[in-house]
Amino acid sequence: MIWVNSVVQGILVGGLYALFAAGLSLIFGVMRLVNIAHGDMIVGAAYLAWTIVHVTGLNPLASLVVVVPLAMVFGYGLQAGILNRTLGKDILPPLLVTFGLSVIIQNGLLALYTADNRKLDAGTLETASYPVMPGVDIGYLPMLQLLTAVAVIAGLQYIFYHSQLGRAFRATSDDAETAALMGLDRRRVFASAMALCLGVVAIAGVFLGVRASFDPAIGPGRLIFGFEAVIIGGLGNLWGTLAGGIILGVAQGIGAQLNPGAQVLAGHLTFLLVLALRPTGLFPRMSG
Amino acid sequence: MSERLLAVEDLQAWYGDAKVLHGLSFTLAAGEILALIGANGAGKSTLLCSICGQLSNKTGTIAFKGHPIHRLAAHEIVMRGIAMVPEGRRLFPSLTVEENLLLGGNANRKGPWSLASVYGLFPVLREKRQAPSTSLSGGQQQMVAIGRALMANPDLLLLDELSLGLAPIIIKDIYALLPRITGNGLSAILVEQDVARALAVAQRFVCLQEGHISLDGAPGAFSRDQISAAYFGM
Repeated sequence: MIWVNSVVQGILVGGLYALFAAGLSLIFGVMRLVNIAHGDMIVGAAYLAWTIVHVTGLNPLASLVVVVPLAMVFGYGLQAGILNRTLGKDILPPLLVTFGLSVIIQNGLLALYTADNRKLDAGTLETASYPVMPGVDIGYLPMLQLLTAVAVIAGLQYIFYHSQLGRAFRATSDDAETAALMGLDRRRVFASAMALCLGVVAIAGVFLGVRASFDPAIGPGRLIFGFEAVIIGGLGNLWGTLAGGIILGVAQGIGAQLNPGAQVLAGHLTFLLVLALRPTGLFPRMSG
Repeated sequence: MSERLLAVEDLQAWYGDAKVLHGLSFTLAAGEILALIGANGAGKSTLLCSICGQLSNKTGTIAFKGHPIHRLAAHEIVMRGIAMVPEGRRLFPSLTVEENLLLGGNANRKGPWSLASVYGLFPVLREKRQAPSTSLSGGQQQMVAIGRALMANPDLLLLDELSLGLAPIIIKDIYALLPRITGNGLSAILVEQDVARALAVAQRFVCLQEGHISLDGAPGAFSRDQISAAYFGM
């Protein structure tokens, strides 16, 4: 029963990893940009939520109503003001700029909020759970986290394949020069994609902060989990990214059951195994 | 016919360090179909890319409906009413046939063309609407590329090498539809390797030779020898 529980809890935490990864996957898919600052942006969103909760007394989940739009505006401005200037044939400049951004965000948060641990308090929701069978309880919060991840992935999937914005994303990704002949300004298309990405980042940041305490330095670790979920699932496939997050979560859960110190290691080893056996991921993009 | 739609004045353009166009000047009247002919490397595609904004390394002026457009980017120029069918079709492989067409309508200009009228022009595309654009034959892909440009409801259509890589019978079919495409008073500039075919549908032609205009006039006004001299520079 202990093993069933590990797997179930792993699946639930996999939802969080999928939330970390969805934005990365989106941005890479649209503009081939690898955003090294992605994890730090998630942590930044958690701090933003913490500040709003602190000032207004809102529940952290309710603070999303403010955090998501603010993050989206930030994302649009970041892409339009900085990252668009780095995009060209050479993939190195955007990588270096986001690396610098990562350093700036970490140190900025350190200066603003100190190195103390913070935590978002979601009240009784955090401890409430539902017993499925003896020895296996499903927490309301982890369940909400997984359902949110599924909803976010489904929403992104819908936008990507059934909306005018999604057509613009795919066309610009295919051939930005020809997309311009259709009246699409790639700078604006990319800024819209980054805004959407930061909206997901905000959701991920709030769930991160509710689940456990955070400090300014944990961003790069979240980035790694996000990367691993994307690669395991296969580049360019959003549902694959969800599966990748869940696989990573389950691997960590089983690892932790074997030996409490092996939790993170088991996730990394699973990632390396997938990379060795299926370098394109388990579900590489099949269409589109 | 006499209203001036496009006026190009002393246009010079470069690809990297290489100067391709050496000071071209010509005008296009509203409703006119202009054939742009010339040998490989004469600058035909460069001229189209300069007009539609894909090429920014240029001097001189290009005026469309009386407004200068030579400093605008490609995505702004299509909004003014110039649509391009690019060489090699350049369909978006991630998009279905219908999505390619819908994207062409992104400019959101009013006019006679819609999904329904494009499907009316090319009925085969309606059957293939959900198919990935890459699964179509070359001729069908060219139909998508033309339909996609028409969806912008342009006032000027730039057609770059319509017949490239297509079977003669398909080329004939597509050219047979050209009067229906330009019937609503749409102007067009047609770049074509097949000189005889281009001159047959055009009211006027411009012959380019090494980045200069070597001949400009109505197809009937010149003999075959005069045109081939302007074409080859002999």
